[in-house]
Amino acid sequence: MESVFPRLEPLLPRVSKPVQYVGGELNSTVKDWDATTVRWALMYPDAYEVGLPNQGVMILYEVLNERPDVLAERTYAVWPDLEALMREHDVPQFTVDGHRPVGAFDLLGVSFATELGYTNLLNALDLAGIPLHAADRTDDHPIVVAGGHAAFNPEPIADFLDAAVLGDGEEAVLEITDLVRAWKDEGRPGGRDEILTRLAETGSVYVPRFYDVGYLDDGGLAHVTPNRDRIPERVAKRTTMDLDAWPYPKQPLVPLAESVHERMSVEIFRGCTRGCRFCQAGMITRPVRERSIEGIGEMVRRGLDASGFEEVGLLSLSSADHSEIAEVTKGLADRYEGTNTGLSLPSTRVDAFNIDLANELSRNGRRSGLTFAPEGGSERIRRVINKMVSEEDLIRTVSAAYANGWRQVKLYFMCGLPTETDDDVLQIAAMAKEVIRAGREASGRKDIRCTVSIGGFVPKPHTPFQWAAQCDPDTVDDRLRKLREAVNSDRSVGRNIGMRYHDGKPSLIEGLLSRGDRRVGRVIERVWREGGRFDGWSEHFSYERWTGAAAAELEPLGVSLAWFTTRERTEEEVLPWDHLDSGLDKTWLWDDWQDALDERELEDCRWTPCFDCGVCPAMGTDIEIGPTGRKLLPLTPV
Amino acid sequence: MRYAKRGRLRFTSHRDIARAFERALRRAHVPMAYSQGFNPHPKISWIGAAPTGVASEAEYVEIQLVEPVEPDELVAMLDRATPPGLDVLEAVVADGGGLADRVEASRWRIELEGVTPDTLRDAVARTMAQPVVEVERLTKHGMRTIDARAAMVSATVVSGPPPGGVTCGILEVVVRQTTPAVRPDDVLSALRVVADLEPPVPAKATRMAQGRLDDAGALADPLAPDRAFGRTSLTDLP
Repeated sequence: MESVFPRLEPLLPRVSKPVQYVGGELNSTVKDWDATTVRWALMYPDAYEVGLPNQGVMILYEVLNERPDVLAERTYAVWPDLEALMREHDVPQFTVDGHRPVGAFDLLGVSFATELGYTNLLNALDLAGIPLHAADRTDDHPIVVAGGHAAFNPEPIADFLDAAVLGDGEEAVLEITDLVRAWKDEGRPGGRDEILTRLAETGSVYVPRFYDVGYLDDGGLAHVTPNRDRIPERVAKRTTMDLDAWPYPKQPLVPLAESVHERMSVEIFRGCTRGCRFCQAGMITRPVRERSIEGIGEMVRRGLDASGFEEVGLLSLSSADHSEIAEVTKGLADRYEGTNTGLSLPSTRVDAFNIDLANELSRNGRRSGLTFAPEGGSERIRRVINKMVSEEDLIRTVSAAYANGWRQVKLYFMCGLPTETDDDVLQIAAMAKEVIRAGREASGRKDIRCTVSIGGFVPKPHTPFQWAAQCDPDTVDDRLRKLREAVNSDRSVGRNIGMRYHDGKPSLIEGLLSRGDRRVGRVIERVWREGGRFDGWSEHFSYERWTGAAAAELEPLGVSLAWFTTRERTEEEVLPWDHLDSGLDKTWLWDDWQDALDERELEDCRWTPCFDCGVCPAMGTDIEIGPTGRKLLPLTPV
Repeated sequence: MRYAKRGRLRFTSHRDIARAFERALRRAHVPMAYSQGFNPHPKISWIGAAPTGVASEAEYVEIQLVEPVEPDELVAMLDRATPPGLDVLEAVVADGGGLADRVEASRWRIELEGVTPDTLRDAVARTMAQPVVEVERLTKHGMRTIDARAAMVSATVVSGPPPGGVTCGILEVVVRQTTPAVRPDDVLSALRVVADLEPPVPAKATRMAQGRLDDAGALADPLAPDRAFGRTSLTDLP
């Protein structure tokens, strides 16, 4: 398959940051096309600088390329300047590795961390010459497969997808590869229809075209049911159990271009059972599976040698919760003492233990800021969202941080949570001021800072808040305005408090795409046709384009943007993702939603008995945590 | 050290090169000296940098080590660790003189595909005949006008068969380092302003050499003084 690079190259001097399109990253792979049988193009549907560091794509890229007869290359969304030139000069969507046309691959795997990448998918399909609608594709077009968290409700993009995979991808891509290889070896019997049927009958690949959606007169769903033989009623998520058996990425990709994460990452565990009710990631990645302390040590060592990065991030949904995190951080800090290697732990836990860890990690300098995530301003709203942090805990923790020499504390909150009132949000100001007062006292300095970062809450599928009414943008914006006034009301502390937030409009669109059904696909397509791209970027996002398209496409069907977003769902309602099995028991989710409304908290099953969320029995999995009691030994000097 | 920026890597910015180089130093376990303080950085001084989109056979960088390393060994270690296209070509032990002072001009080779050598020769002759050629360039602070001609020491069109059989004019131009710098793009702008020369495809430029200008207009190798010094002194280092 010929490279399009000779045709792309003359365009590159005319676009901004051309280096993002040339490939050649350290540890990237370009294989001989003709020596392989199954070929994947892997896409992260955002700009290169965001997509390159994505761990999911990096893992699958390496897992696939380790197979001798499999080829995997990467592709990213191109910026509008290059898009215009590609259209003018007839250059198709290409991979950055071999600069091969995406349309020539057997499969196009797209990883969706956020729904705001949907228009970028349509743009890439169009640039690749792949028909937008799966129904229009022939045997010669790639099979378009979605993964990532947004794949837990792929209904809004169902018409554009051939398949979706829920959950962990490393084993799933290999099984899909095996099925595609067998089908190709047999001479592609039954064409596209047959390979999709074979994928669907595994029970872990969702093929939207094999399910019919029925609608009720009131606009709601009547059912989503298989429309042919060999297709299971429900599709289950995938769970990779033994993380030590999957130490990827072994050879992290190191871009020439600057990216959003200038560090290497090691995933120290997967899953989270803290039970924060707003958190889709914590709900759909259960149970908790830890990587062992030695497994972590080995990945750090190998990754640093292979990449030359000077910082390692220990990733997970709540890294301080690893059962041996103290041993891990101390072991790594000892190993890399004096090597100018930074360690970071994106933990947001609000307790003193977190500060001990931070002190350990910053032993070799670099004491910049600490981040905590109380998520809700008032004690009451924190009970609603099941974030069990008291104001006392928080003040004690930040005081300890400032006393230990930290000068800046970042606090994360959400606005627009279910049952939220103005007062719940205004208490964020009270809390931030108290943080400054306590911090000044603890540190004896006046120049300490506290940054309050606020995100708009979006109800997500497979969470207890999947039934909740999303807060409308006007209310969110009004509360944020009042909060700013409250922060600024007392200049003596207010000037030490920074506020970061966005207006509520993009969140509403994210809400539409998160909980939408197949009818929302028309809205996405219309927005794309009207020029919608890079919706996750405020400079490219147009609220009016989305609301206009939603009105034009949804209202003739008797539904609306508000119907999908600010409407509370009933217990009986068929949800668009009911046939997609995250393992969570729907009754348990409903009960947890009721507990939220009653302001009742729920413990973590790692240190209390099982509370029957349903995942382990449904998926045949179990919590996999330490402690192992082992330690990291010093590395032998090189 | 002298290094080259070749092929696709010409699309890197200087920041990209600096980052890739620092990572390569770490991967190769080069015993770097670090700055003191809160946020220690390896001690690296860059001597100019070819602009984004321009290749180079003659980029220079100085690094400070905490223990002696054989220059040839350093080149081998580093070249294994740098991405293909960022090629470390030569290292010498610094004699203590400032490398930056030994660089006052560059020789660029500019390939203009689709332009015949005769057309190019004519455009170059007309441009060099002008005392001043003002060109516009988009900078961070908006459009600014610079005199491209003043920095151009010499310009010759290379004769010989075209590479790969396509029509191609090749220009070798020696440009003095000035503030603001006159880049290959500005030379091309000068040819456009004076002679309406518009290459049908974007031209490809490569920096071939940097150094001090001698009386004949040639460039002196900036590493020559160090090379003479290094042969005698490496073993004397602490």
